[in-house]
Amino acid sequence: MNRSRRLRWQAAAIMTATVLGVAACSSSSSSSTSSSSSSSSSSSAALTASAPGITPTTITIGSHQPLTGPAAPGYDEIAPASTAYFDYVNANGGVYGRKIIYKYLNDAYDPTTTASVVRQLVLQDNVYAIFNGLGTPTHLAVVSFLNSEKVPDVFVASGCECWDEPSTYPETFGWQLDYVREGKILGQYVAQHFKGEKVAYFYQDDEFGMDGVKGLDDEIPASQVVSKQSYVDTNVNIAPQVAALRASGAKVVISFSIPAFTALLKLDSLKLGFNPTLVVSDVGSDPITLSGLLESFAKQGGATVNGNQLTQGIITDEYLPALSTSDSWYNLFVKIHNQYDAKEPLDGNFFYGMAVAYTFVEAMLKAGRNPTRADLTSAIESGLPQGPMIAPFAYGSDDHDGVTGAYIGVIQNGVVVQQGSVMTTDTTPTGAITAYTGTEQTAPASGVPSP
Amino acid sequence: MRTLPRRLGVAIVVAAIVVLLSIKLNSFRDYQIAEIAFEVTAVAGLTVLTGLSGQISLGHAAFMAIGGYTTALLLLHLAWPFYAALLVAAVVTAVAGAVVGAAAARLRGPYLAGATLLLGVALPAIAYAWPATFGGDQGLNVAFTTPAFLGVNFPPTRWLAWVATLVALIVLVLLANLNHSRVGRNWRAVRDDDVAAALDGINVAAARILAFVVSATCAGLAGALLAIVTTLVGPGSFTLTVSISLLTAAVLGGLGSLAGALWGSLVIILVPTYVTDVATSHGLSASVGSNIPIVAYGVLLILVMLVFPQGIQGGLTRLFSLFFSGPDQKPRTWRTAPTPHVTPSADQAPASQHEKEGTL
Repeated sequence: MNRSRRLRWQAAAIMTATVLGVAACSSSSSSSTSSSSSSSSSSSAALTASAPGITPTTITIGSHQPLTGPAAPGYDEIAPASTAYFDYVNANGGVYGRKIIYKYLNDAYDPTTTASVVRQLVLQDNVYAIFNGLGTPTHLAVVSFLNSEKVPDVFVASGCECWDEPSTYPETFGWQLDYVREGKILGQYVAQHFKGEKVAYFYQDDEFGMDGVKGLDDEIPASQVVSKQSYVDTNVNIAPQVAALRASGAKVVISFSIPAFTALLKLDSLKLGFNPTLVVSDVGSDPITLSGLLESFAKQGGATVNGNQLTQGIITDEYLPALSTSDSWYNLFVKIHNQYDAKEPLDGNFFYGMAVAYTFVEAMLKAGRNPTRADLTSAIESGLPQGPMIAPFAYGSDDHDGVTGAYIGVIQNGVVVQQGSVMTTDTTPTGAITAYTGTEQTAPASGVPSP
Repeated sequence: MRTLPRRLGVAIVVAAIVVLLSIKLNSFRDYQIAEIAFEVTAVAGLTVLTGLSGQISLGHAAFMAIGGYTTALLLLHLAWPFYAALLVAAVVTAVAGAVVGAAAARLRGPYLAGATLLLGVALPAIAYAWPATFGGDQGLNVAFTTPAFLGVNFPPTRWLAWVATLVALIVLVLLANLNHSRVGRNWRAVRDDDVAAALDGINVAAARILAFVVSATCAGLAGALLAIVTTLVGPGSFTLTVSISLLTAAVLGGLGSLAGALWGSLVIILVPTYVTDVATSHGLSASVGSNIPIVAYGVLLILVMLVFPQGIQGGLTRLFSLFFSGPDQKPRTWRTAPTPHVTPSADQAPASQHEKEGTL
């Protein structure tokens, strides 16, 4: 008895020491943000605390991101990449001299947690805006709260059509290609290139997947679609759905899935000796994230696979330029990445995080020197330059959708290779899909958008 | 009889403290007070079920889901006042509790654990089967407005904190009375030895079912509060992790103790935000910082189980009796349960938590 009690206290003491040790290590590695003051050169009115979250020297914005949980692989690189871009802007004069402070909290892709952390950001931390909140089910949990509090809810990291409701949600703006447009562009490609072949869908059972299916159905003849299988992101056992896809005899499987489930779809298909042409929505097809997931999932199952080999030939779409050194944006973002965010991989998520941060800086510059919250939303409604995107934005007073077009790409040796030209369209069932004739913009030499 | 005024007094003092805190603190803290209130309501019900009647439930979030969806549907489609919806939610979950309790009264130990686990996993999935009614994965948005007499500038979260706290306190006072009544004594008798209890003339099955009804009603009320506090009910709000964390809170606080339910809920709600704040203020990298709360939670659980095997409330009682060893220091034995049919092991909860967070 006495001995067991002593053991218990010893164990407790060891645990405490470990925790203190961890805390000590963490505090020694704390990085203080660079405090090089940048005096604004422009000579207009003095900078004031014009809105919640804005002081004469700072702009504080917040976000909810899945840093753990099913959606974390890949997506957890986005916010660090955005932070890196903001750090770069801060070091190069900031936004009219103000530094951007980006506070993002982990919601583990769980809507109840999202509700809690977003209230923390808005009610306690008084952020100016919620920026790039990630996920359809998660962000839906806070969209009415943000709009009733009149907090700008900009560039949601989800292509759900639900963000484009200016009359209900005047504060909310999409950014990436919405899933209806994406479904239409992918659908048109499949209808043209796999004429008469059996096609099956695999999609996440929420607005994300269903919007995608809506777009696909606009383009692919119903007679060609032999099976529609859905999954729920909390259940990783998708063997029954994959078996049904195989039984349908589909030659092409179109997947609206997050990366973890794209990887599971591929592995479960392999297990059944089912090898259709995979067409995967942009959000679930980043080759580097995918190949990492494929290898780690296979390892958990006791197998070894070559991730790049398995992603070979996957058809997808892209609304950001290809990751290639011939692209001015890629070169700019890699330079910033190496300076501020070198630990994260150079994949589509890094590019996404940088590009959306660039768009935010564009919007802030347009909102003016001493912006209110309403100034930001009206700045976006008056339209934004397309910046790093490959097609223009849809923004207008009656349109809160983001980018309007994409190109089809095929994954070859771990990179997405562009096929054909950029296609733009709208969200209506009959709206034409047309080749975009405008040209991509080049990155500014300074790396910061001009006001 | 004289204990009732005392309990009411304690409840009024707590209510006064909460009102003061809600005015003093910022809106987000008000929101957390509301979160703690609905957590306490559910945990108190569970601690009565497991600690006093000796039955385990690994699926209590299912009852919360029933309460939450009932409230949401009534508010959305019939525009009922909230208190009426709350009462109906309580009645509906009580009926559900009676049905489950009737089945549970025949089951023991791991079989009961398995059956309730099944309930916890399967029931929220119904939302996917009828997306038109239950909103599928998205769930239902619940609109909740502050009453007009408070004025337009009254912070809505403060009102929510008050409402949720009021419900939680009423539940706690009623549960405390129930525990001290014949019903409570019967539960403890059934828990300790059901054969002896039956020989004493106690209807064992009825006692067990009643415990399930009471416990489910508490969870239903908690679900109704969750619906208006988070303004959303969806399958994601009632996952297995929620069920496990309720049980964790009950065990952490001290199984069978209502005060313990409060300590457990405080830990569950406040520790993650606090640790996240500390981690981010130390400038940890995102991948490390975001996992620290899970680590801290596990460490805390292990520490409490090592140092206070009877939970936080059991530990406090022991410390109290160490410092003030008076003649009547003997702790009342019923406060902390001995061994229920299945002792939820300390490592069970963090393991499941980890499973959800880590492997995928």
